[in-house]
Amino acid sequence: MKEITFKQAITEAVDEEMARDPTVFLIGEDVRALGAPRGEFKGLFEKYGPERVVDTPISETAILGSAIGAAITGMRPIANIMYANFLGVCGDELINQLTQMRYMFGGKIKVPVTIVSYSGGGFSAAAQHSKTLYGWLMAVTGLKIVVPSTPYDLKGLLKTSIRDDNPTIVLYHQLLLRRDIKSEIPEAEYAIPLGKADIKREGSDVTVVAWALMVHRALAASTKLQEEKSISIEVIDPRTLVPLDKQAIIDSVKKTGRLVIMDEEPKTGSAAAEIAAVVADEAFDFLDAPIKRVCAPDTPVPFSPLLEKIWMPDEEDLIKAVTEIM
Amino acid sequence: MGIAREKLIDMYRVMVRIRTFEERVFKEFTAGHIPGFVHLYSGEEAVATGACANLRPDDYITSTHRGHGHLIAKGGRTDRMMAELFGKKTGYNKGKGGSMHIADVDLGMLGANGIAGAGITIATGAALSAKLRRTDQVTVCFFGDGASNNSRFHEGVNLAACLNLPVVYVIENNLYAISVRISDACKIPNIADRASAYGIPGKTVDGNDVLAVYEAVGEAVTRARKGEGPTIVECKTYRRHGHWAGDAQHYVSKEEIKEWLKKDPIPRFRKKLVEMGVLTEEDADRIDQAAKEEIEKAVEFAEQSPLPGPEDVLADVHA
Repeated sequence: MKEITFKQAITEAVDEEMARDPTVFLIGEDVRALGAPRGEFKGLFEKYGPERVVDTPISETAILGSAIGAAITGMRPIANIMYANFLGVCGDELINQLTQMRYMFGGKIKVPVTIVSYSGGGFSAAAQHSKTLYGWLMAVTGLKIVVPSTPYDLKGLLKTSIRDDNPTIVLYHQLLLRRDIKSEIPEAEYAIPLGKADIKREGSDVTVVAWALMVHRALAASTKLQEEKSISIEVIDPRTLVPLDKQAIIDSVKKTGRLVIMDEEPKTGSAAAEIAAVVADEAFDFLDAPIKRVCAPDTPVPFSPLLEKIWMPDEEDLIKAVTEIM
Repeated sequence: MGIAREKLIDMYRVMVRIRTFEERVFKEFTAGHIPGFVHLYSGEEAVATGACANLRPDDYITSTHRGHGHLIAKGGRTDRMMAELFGKKTGYNKGKGGSMHIADVDLGMLGANGIAGAGITIATGAALSAKLRRTDQVTVCFFGDGASNNSRFHEGVNLAACLNLPVVYVIENNLYAISVRISDACKIPNIADRASAYGIPGKTVDGNDVLAVYEAVGEAVTRARKGEGPTIVECKTYRRHGHWAGDAQHYVSKEEIKEWLKKDPIPRFRKKLVEMGVLTEEDADRIDQAAKEEIEKAVEFAEQSPLPGPEDVLADVHA
């Protein structure tokens, strides 16, 4: 076993996949001199050269569009759209091209593009550099969505995404990247399948579904709830929003009878709303209390640290929601 | 010019097949046999034909919402095309794309596209792919004057120029973006002049002269194949049916339409081939007749083909 950070998880996954498959290449802004702004691709340009680490102008539309063109002609691009917010710049490529093409063409092509982006708030990057877009992306049919919470999950899921023959987006939470949280990984190569949830903490009273940064806040709240109120929380991390491991969530709800979804995005149209609907549809009879959503308010992400702290769902919000349904 | 006789005859045949296909599509669409939207290539045949006559089977093209002509020029089968337009299971896209998304990737035709300009960055990527795979494949990217005002034009062409990619951007300047005249949407007379802003060559040709298109795109394809980078070729042409099948074109003067119909690329090329002694009138008539028979059979194939079933709705989202 060895210990790696979030950043190392990205570097190792991309490096290993580029080494094993010559059709894998990286394209994006600032990938050459900086290895991306947080340095997660550092060293790859020196190792693989300008053809496989393609530095681009500020042209998100051309980055994603050319990744699509390369993917349908035999390559396996990793398109670095720096911040999830910038997906708005290449919205057409995302919602009309990348994700629709295989179906529109009657299944004749594969579009193995992996988009990687920073997402999430927590350090005063304000509304244009902090969005998570989870629910918005879930509404784009045809896109797989990876939302890892640990370096172990990130590395294994990113490798699987690059190997996947379908459009996939891997959103790495900026706060997890900046805080250099660590996890142990095996020395040997491993990959994690998409669509398989992980139980981050076992419990019996309430199921909390959380992903990315919110997993860490849910775990902290669970410890407090256990210690202070003897409430046993089960934390389910779906790890991918599409495909969603519905069964893991439903199985947990069957055991606990209570569900809280903790989701760092405005409540309306959120991934939390979709998960709540799934459980209401398919496991209503097992619920002993209303489903609760701990989300951000329906506003843009504010800048000032105090405002942003209030805006983002945290341990206290979760503890309050759990207490309400006990 | 030194173009082989067979090549010239092939070009005439392709143009006639496109026109015959499109005029029949117009008829079938008007009769209510084709659902959705249809944008006809009639009048612009010289562009797709002249451009694709320079390409190998393994070269790529990207197309537009007005894409039937591009697919025929790249070698597409009219029966499977017609079946797609009819929404049938035997169509190129199993009835899931229709006119605006028709594609045959095996022929290197990477898709018609319902979004103006979207093919520009996709073509750039296909060219990048050819470069990374170290092949000498070339990509020809068709789009209209309207798409040339779209952000994709700037981003896609600029990236291809920076990376020196093997791609030819062919602008079909048919003077209108739906109803907006190019003179109201672009303040320079020739769109190809924008090439200088990207440090690449640009050329404007008569898009109703198939040999002029063939020659200009041919030079650009040769440059691209030699690794000398992208080129813009603007072909000035005209739509015979307006933007969509059934467009009354109230926004166009009758005189203008009359003038352009006189410049129809097909009779013009036929006359030239007869004068050159490449074809006799009888040879040309035989080609016209063969196209009619081909399209008749394509319609029969489409009519007799099965519709997709409920089981097809959920299929083909993911590989």
